Amino acid sequence: MSQNKTLFDKVWDAHVVETVPDGPQVIYIDKHLIHEVTSPQAFAELEARGLEVFRPNQIVATADHNVPTLGQELPIRDELSRTQVQQLTENCGKNNIELYGLGHQYQGIVHIIAPELGITQPGMSIVCGDSHTSTHGAFGAIAFGIGTSQVAQVFASQCLLMNKPKSMRVSVNGKLNKDVQPKDVILYIISKVGTDSGTGYFCEYAGNVFEEMSMEGRMTVCNMSIEMGARGGMIAPDETTFEYVKDKTFAPKGEEWTEKVEYWKTLKSDSDAIFDKEFEFSAEDIRPMITYGTNPGMGISIDSKIPIAQNESEEKALKYMGLESGQSTSDIKVNYVFIGSCTNARIEDFRSAATYVKGKQKAANIVAWLVPGSQQVAKQIYDEGLDKVFNDAGFQIRQPGCSACLAMNDDKIPEGEYCVSTSNRNFEGRQGQGARTLLASPLTAAKVAVEGRIPAFENLN
Amino acid sequence: MQKLVLIKSQAVPLPSENIDTDQIIPARFLKSISKEGFGENLFRDWRYNVHTNEPNADFVLNNSKYSGEILVAGNNFGCGSSREHAAWSLTDYGFKVVVSSYFADIFKGNALNNGLLPVKVSEEYLKDLMETITQNPSTQITVDVEKQTISFNQKTENFELDSYKKICLMNGYDDIDFLISKKDAIKAFEQKTQKVYEQEL
Repeated sequence: MSQNKTLFDKVWDAHVVETVPDGPQVIYIDKHLIHEVTSPQAFAELEARGLEVFRPNQIVATADHNVPTLGQELPIRDELSRTQVQQLTENCGKNNIELYGLGHQYQGIVHIIAPELGITQPGMSIVCGDSHTSTHGAFGAIAFGIGTSQVAQVFASQCLLMNKPKSMRVSVNGKLNKDVQPKDVILYIISKVGTDSGTGYFCEYAGNVFEEMSMEGRMTVCNMSIEMGARGGMIAPDETTFEYVKDKTFAPKGEEWTEKVEYWKTLKSDSDAIFDKEFEFSAEDIRPMITYGTNPGMGISIDSKIPIAQNESEEKALKYMGLESGQSTSDIKVNYVFIGSCTNARIEDFRSAATYVKGKQKAANIVAWLVPGSQQVAKQIYDEGLDKVFNDAGFQIRQPGCSACLAMNDDKIPEGEYCVSTSNRNFEGRQGQGARTLLASPLTAAKVAVEGRIPAFENLN
Repeated sequence: MQKLVLIKSQAVPLPSENIDTDQIIPARFLKSISKEGFGENLFRDWRYNVHTNEPNADFVLNNSKYSGEILVAGNNFGCGSSREHAAWSLTDYGFKVVVSSYFADIFKGNALNNGLLPVKVSEEYLKDLMETITQNPSTQITVDVEKQTISFNQKTENFELDSYKKICLMNGYDDIDFLISKKDAIKAFEQKTQKVYEQEL
């Protein structure tokens, strides 16, 4: 039966409680994920109004943004960070909210743990006070970041007031080139459409490239939807999705599983669905990518030269980065490599890096940090013996957290230094005051760590 | 939330495009459990020298020529992180309006939830306004929430504002009260749809 509906329409419409005449809609939220940095003021707001948390069972908490990645078993040294984490523990205890805090076997980056525990499921509405909540759209969920006032709204009512975003679709078809990873695909898309073309939209990713991608890869792609301005990204759930969710800790079981899968199978855009905006790209055009500027749209294939600045903002970006138009990427004096973040800290990311690194040595000039996305990912790294590969090569494996992606803890890149990073943002000062970030895939990051520079030449055909 | 009805003020020009929330308030200042005091670190790394912590003379907030309750910024203001601390730092500093040709979604919502009005104008209007206030810092700008207009030097443009949000801004209401008033409908919705979505940990 065709109703001209997009995947986004189907999931959104299923969550509309009410429509305010000439105004927003009341949207029901299935899962609310919280962390230590954007929740304290929301709890305080609730308390100030004498309100209770309405549906504590639909909230899951973890500590990830400011936590140290060394010595997590010890008290947090930084007083302000320690206070935030303690406040979260106290707030969760008081309100009967499940907390996977430091020391818990499920602790980790919020967008890594919810999928790996089966909390994230197709067809759900999921929010978190973090813009990379778009990650969960990889399962065919509507998932988006919210501000702290909205965190308080969901606490109080399990709902949000929202105007329905428009729909866009990005299709990528064809055969991906060797060494092109999901991160390269999304960096390529953002470099083509720009950092604001998704503003006001939810983006569906379609085409054989995404259909053939693993769930980890799909999460990497949806994660960065916000970097082109889109509130969320989505990929229609399929056998790959069901296979991933099945048997996860909190996944539906038995008869409920069968029922849900039947429903999930209906979650795809109708063939005659109309999108407000469409982009199409060929997989063959995508090469391993790297960013050279101070927004994620300033990306090029690693064998290109730094482009000429098109406006004042780009000039300012090149100045901050200490780069010049026409320069080859392999000339950049990279001294740091960071493999981690909600974009690329899943087991598949570390496996691909380890496959390349095995038997090789890290270059002497490089400091290489590997920060697993969760305790479970860390456990897998050790269970699979990847730790030996990385340790032998001189990489440092740390403990789970957001780490050098936003440098709220001690994991900061020093001023003026270049870091090839698998994270999602290359904004000024993002990885530390004056730090210069070059975004890339885990494979490219591993290559940089071994070769001591961006390996531009081997990619020239 | 403070009421916002009519704002008449000079404006501060900040022409950079794609100003992300990490620039508005860097992550290292997010380690607070209250909403107070973020204005001190608004645009911290542009405003102060990274080494000496002395004000950067060439940054607009340190230039005594420019002041006011209106910030005029380049395209795609507020992109990046969802941190509401960005809106809190702008209001704490004293801004009531931000004008740009484009706002990132999450920032826009956060701003409206804190009585900070994002005014989206055309690129031509923004260019004209930016040049005018840069050259003549004493130019008065008027933003009328009810009429949804912005004007300076007899040049007026309309801006979009959801009618629900307009009522909230003009009366200082916020969404929590409204949502609480919908509890019965929300509970009925939960009953109706339980089979499809409900998942309890």
